[in-house]
Amino acid sequence: MTALLAVRDLVKTFGSGEAETRVLRGLNLELQVGEQAALLGPSGSGKSTLLTILGTLMQPTSGSHTMLGVDLVAATDRALTTFRNLHVGFVFQFHNLLPDFTALENVIFPTAVREGRETPTARARGRELLTRMGLADRVDFPSMNLSGGQKQRVAVARALMNRPELVLADEPTGNLDRASALQVMELIGQINREEGTTFLISTHDEKIAAFCRRQIVVRDGVVTG
Amino acid sequence: MLYGLKIALRYLTASKGQTALLLAGVSVGVFIFIFMSALIGGLAQFITSRTSGDLSHISIVAEDVLPAQLDPAAPGVLLAQIPGFSHTDQLSTATAFVPGIEVLPGVQAVSPQVTGSGFLRRGTKVGQVSIVGLEPGRESAIVNLQSYLVAGTVDLAAGSILMGLKGADKLGLSIGQSVHLQSADGTPAILTLTGTYDMGSGGFDLGQTYVSLPTARILFKKPQGLSRIEIKLDDIFTADAITARIEAMTGLDASSWTESFPQLLDALAAQAQVGLVLKTFALITIVIGVASAMLLSSFRRRPEIGIMRAMGAGQVFVVYIFLLQGALIGIVGAVLGAGLGYAVLSLFPAVADAKPGSLPIDVQQGAYGMAVLLTTIGAILASILPARGAARVDPVTAIGQ
Repeated sequence: MTALLAVRDLVKTFGSGEAETRVLRGLNLELQVGEQAALLGPSGSGKSTLLTILGTLMQPTSGSHTMLGVDLVAATDRALTTFRNLHVGFVFQFHNLLPDFTALENVIFPTAVREGRETPTARARGRELLTRMGLADRVDFPSMNLSGGQKQRVAVARALMNRPELVLADEPTGNLDRASALQVMELIGQINREEGTTFLISTHDEKIAAFCRRQIVVRDGVVTG
Repeated sequence: MLYGLKIALRYLTASKGQTALLLAGVSVGVFIFIFMSALIGGLAQFITSRTSGDLSHISIVAEDVLPAQLDPAAPGVLLAQIPGFSHTDQLSTATAFVPGIEVLPGVQAVSPQVTGSGFLRRGTKVGQVSIVGLEPGRESAIVNLQSYLVAGTVDLAAGSILMGLKGADKLGLSIGQSVHLQSADGTPAILTLTGTYDMGSGGFDLGQTYVSLPTARILFKKPQGLSRIEIKLDDIFTADAITARIEAMTGLDASSWTESFPQLLDALAAQAQVGLVLKTFALITIVIGVASAMLLSSFRRRPEIGIMRAMGAGQVFVVYIFLLQGALIGIVGAVLGAGLGYAVLSLFPAVADAKPGSLPIDVQQGAYGMAVLLTTIGAILASILPARGAARVDPVTAIGQ
């Protein structure tokens, strides 16, 4: 397998002096292309911080972070924004859709913001993704009128819009009922198998983690298993 | 960046109540701006029409000449000059410049004149008068004699005279009757009263008379040349510039009304300053209103900004969205305010018809284009800080990760 990303000796601290909190303490991790991995660990172990750094939304205090051969620690904010848009997708616990936009408009946002307009190609891709998520009849629904499960499936579709190599999901089923949670996980598994997209899914739920072929355990800011 | 425009429009239309209030605020500010422009402009027009409206805005006058007196008993010795014994020279070459002055941009009317004084006599009644010779067809070019006419006509034919009502009454003259005139140069003439006027100014109504230019040339023995040229302008505030241009063009000494009536100029300038201050306050109010609304919006939309940033929207894109919102509010609010202003101001009577005590508003001087332009620029400037603040939102904090 080919390495998609690697972090070495990753340290992240918040605050300074006596208030300093070291969340990541020299964490090492490597993800391969096409992996579907679960990120497990107790609250405060550093899972969300790790996902945030892997998603280039935050820079580590020290350590290295490379993805697709790009040194992301040395990159500028503008370069990271472009990199994130092209190569990383996000699924958040609370879906985080744009409330004044329809399901389709939310899905095609990552492409439209890069191209400066909503192209027919992007619309077609968005419709296809929503159909795949079982939301063909909700394409033009305002996102705020969708159910929780539907919103999360829209969020998954949005994460896949630009065909990123990596999708980071932070507790994607944490706010869903069991049926919706299983539906979302099955969709993720299907996309992982069919398109080879790498998924790193943070979860507390052992049953959700069981959907993934690899379990990564983080404790006290380091990978322990 | 059509996509940025779409998002900006979506944000504005998503909060209809807030946007409507904001547009109303901007519109009211623009309305105040336009109202003040029309009022100050109208007031200036009203004041100038009541003060300098009947006066020439630029005058080219022949200088008084005090002839040097030599003592015949002592050649080379200059005697003292006695005031009151001067006579008015003539602008010998001025006639040739009149057509050139007439076509200058900003010149509304030109009146070449021959002037002097004389005595009117009818029976035993005698009156001293000033005599102004006007070119036929241009009788109302400077003083709007037509508007003050009480009886007869302002048209000055050879042998006719136009007098103030008081002067005519003093001599017992009626329209169509003759009167003897003797100029200060001693030339006699018999003239027929063809019109009387009432300017409401005692001196003018009693002692000012008008004759035709050819008649005046005979009376004052000036077959050629002029005593003065009076010029009226479209915009009195261009007088200094046009005066300089005329002087350069003709080589004659011209004087602007601003030299003759500096107090009026000061008063108009002070009034314009007051208008400028009030309009500035209106603009500042708009800017503060838009800035606070944009700040509120950017704060309320922090999570969405975070999401957009996480999905690959750059800081420039976020700035663009909020600047566009400001620009849209500025343009739409300004156009609405300008439309409202025009509609309301159109209800006021024209300045010329303004009744004493009413507001002399000139709807044409509303500065609509300026109001729209300045408001749009102001709204965009007001959005810069909120937009920059929005762009600096930390996506992790904003999303709550």
